[in-house]
Amino acid sequence: MAIPVLEARHVSKHFRDPIDVKVLDDIGFTITRGEFVSVVGKSGCGKSTLLYVLSTMDTDYEGEIWIDGENMKLKTHHELAHVRNEKIGFVFQFHYLLNEFTVLENVMLPALKLGRYPREEAAERAMHRLKQLEIDHLAQKAANQISGGEKQRVAIARALINDPLIIMGDEPTGNLDKRNSEIVFGIFRQLAEEFNQTMLIVTHDMAFAARTHRTITMEDGRILLT
Amino acid sequence: MNVKLTMEIAWSLMLARWKQTLVAAIGVTFSITMFITLLSFMTGLNQLLDSLILNRTPHVRIYNEIKPSEVLPIQRVRELDGYHHFVHSVRASTAREEILNSEAILRAIQSDQRVLGVSPKASAQVFFNAGNVDITGVVNGIDVLAEAELFHFGEYVVAGSLPDVHKLPNTIILGKPLAARLMVELGDIIQLTTPDGERYQAKVVGLYQSGLQDFDKTQSFASLTTVQKILGKSPSYMTDIQVKLNRLEDAPSVAREYQLLFGTEAADIQTANAQFDTGTFIRTLIAYAVGVTLLIVAGFGIYNILNMMIYEKMDSIAILKATGFSGRDVRLIFLIIALGIGFFGAITGLFFGFVLSSIIDQIPFVTEALPTTKTYPINYDPLFYLIGLAFSIVTTYLAGLFPAVKASKVDPVVIIRGK
Repeated sequence: MAIPVLEARHVSKHFRDPIDVKVLDDIGFTITRGEFVSVVGKSGCGKSTLLYVLSTMDTDYEGEIWIDGENMKLKTHHELAHVRNEKIGFVFQFHYLLNEFTVLENVMLPALKLGRYPREEAAERAMHRLKQLEIDHLAQKAANQISGGEKQRVAIARALINDPLIIMGDEPTGNLDKRNSEIVFGIFRQLAEEFNQTMLIVTHDMAFAARTHRTITMEDGRILLT
Repeated sequence: MNVKLTMEIAWSLMLARWKQTLVAAIGVTFSITMFITLLSFMTGLNQLLDSLILNRTPHVRIYNEIKPSEVLPIQRVRELDGYHHFVHSVRASTAREEILNSEAILRAIQSDQRVLGVSPKASAQVFFNAGNVDITGVVNGIDVLAEAELFHFGEYVVAGSLPDVHKLPNTIILGKPLAARLMVELGDIIQLTTPDGERYQAKVVGLYQSGLQDFDKTQSFASLTTVQKILGKSPSYMTDIQVKLNRLEDAPSVAREYQLLFGTEAADIQTANAQFDTGTFIRTLIAYAVGVTLLIVAGFGIYNILNMMIYEKMDSIAILKATGFSGRDVRLIFLIIALGIGFFGAITGLFFGFVLSSIIDQIPFVTEALPTTKTYPINYDPLFYLIGLAFSIVTTYLAGLFPAVKASKVDPVVIIRGK
């Protein structure tokens, strides 16, 4: 039987400033383990807003979000930070690496924060992830000295470091050229097929969405198709 | 929370803006340096000025005041109780400056646990004869050795020999300006006259300079026995008993006690020299006020730099939060940065403060008024270093707290979506 990883129950959200706008309207769906799901929709349909609500970073919503059998509504900010650290991996449109650190350190940081493994083992695991994404030769470079496509691959390695329950992506290929988009998509598909990694990717690239297992289509804060 | 990881992140953020961090640290260093130097120098000067008087002043001085008796004979008449008497212009009679039963009092004081030492004194008003001119002055008969030990008498004898006046009879130490007025030098014989008309000759064996010109113009010192001889009194004659206590603070209570016990007057140092305490207090207060102001200015510097750093590092803060660092962790990171700047700034500041005050300590400072002082006085009290360190850490903590709280409240969604 399919195990639910993430579940949204009647999730609604309003933007109150400057005027009251309902951006999410009674969203409900379930993602089970191993699913590779994409969320598509026009600009402003609320798909990114939904992702950030699901990510636990945005706590201003109505309804319930369950991750790994736990209700996120009941947790404090500190506990939510721990959930993000342990169970969720993020890949953003802009690569968001910490420029003060090397590539390897960027990848290691969430693992060090989690503290499940000692430092040496965390470094080993980070190297393993970098190898898997074929960017291990960049490990000792400063994060701001590598190309955009490489940065996005480092971000994916960082998202994977704690073996998260789910990876969330906000237009991960949106800021990349065709070739790099292909590489990144290839990585996602490999993760889904070979490692059975659960993923939820927001995109406006219909070609990208078409190649995922399941596509959720949104319009005006509602789910049209799932 | 993994402290080592937090420190590492804080350190990396600092390194990324090392110039600003350095400027902030230098601000703290400068203020601590000045704080230490200022206080060391100020309190050094304070001690010097105070010691000018306090070193030479007994903690408790026992003496007899010439005054009329407090109870008049008419008040002793029982039948006149409740009546008003009209006795005016009461005067003292049979003036005695001598302390009665002085040897017993000396013994009693010497056996008191609170007393460090005691030195008897007999002073006599005399006229120094210089040709046809008589100069009024005072001869203080002292126990030279006790006086040297308790009241640093030796430090103020600028020429001649201290033991001589102790050992040789009919010898005298003159105030340096007094000797100049009498036109005598070491080894010369001077003549003096007592108020009773007795003439006496003494050999000058030393010159004395306290730093208070007017005081030195009239004072001279001889051994207690010499003065007793000048006055033609017995060996128990003394006008003052000077007491030095183990603890200066006990002086008022001890003085009150002796006054009742011995039936004499007893003055304590605090009452006699209240203005010195006030002066010292005000000068120290000013030094602290300036030092603290410097530190607060440095605190604003840290506040500014951390605020700037937070605006620059919004992206980093957002990503830290997205990958599982909570607001609390972020606040801790920025507090560590602030405290790091404060701590290292303070340590180097303490070091430079020590160096600077050592340099001031080497600068020659020679003045007629202070014969024992050769360089500027510095007080190396470890307390200043402790206060400097503690205060700089508190200031930088407060300066870092507001930016750190602001950083902890950064909403990662706003930053990440806002691109």
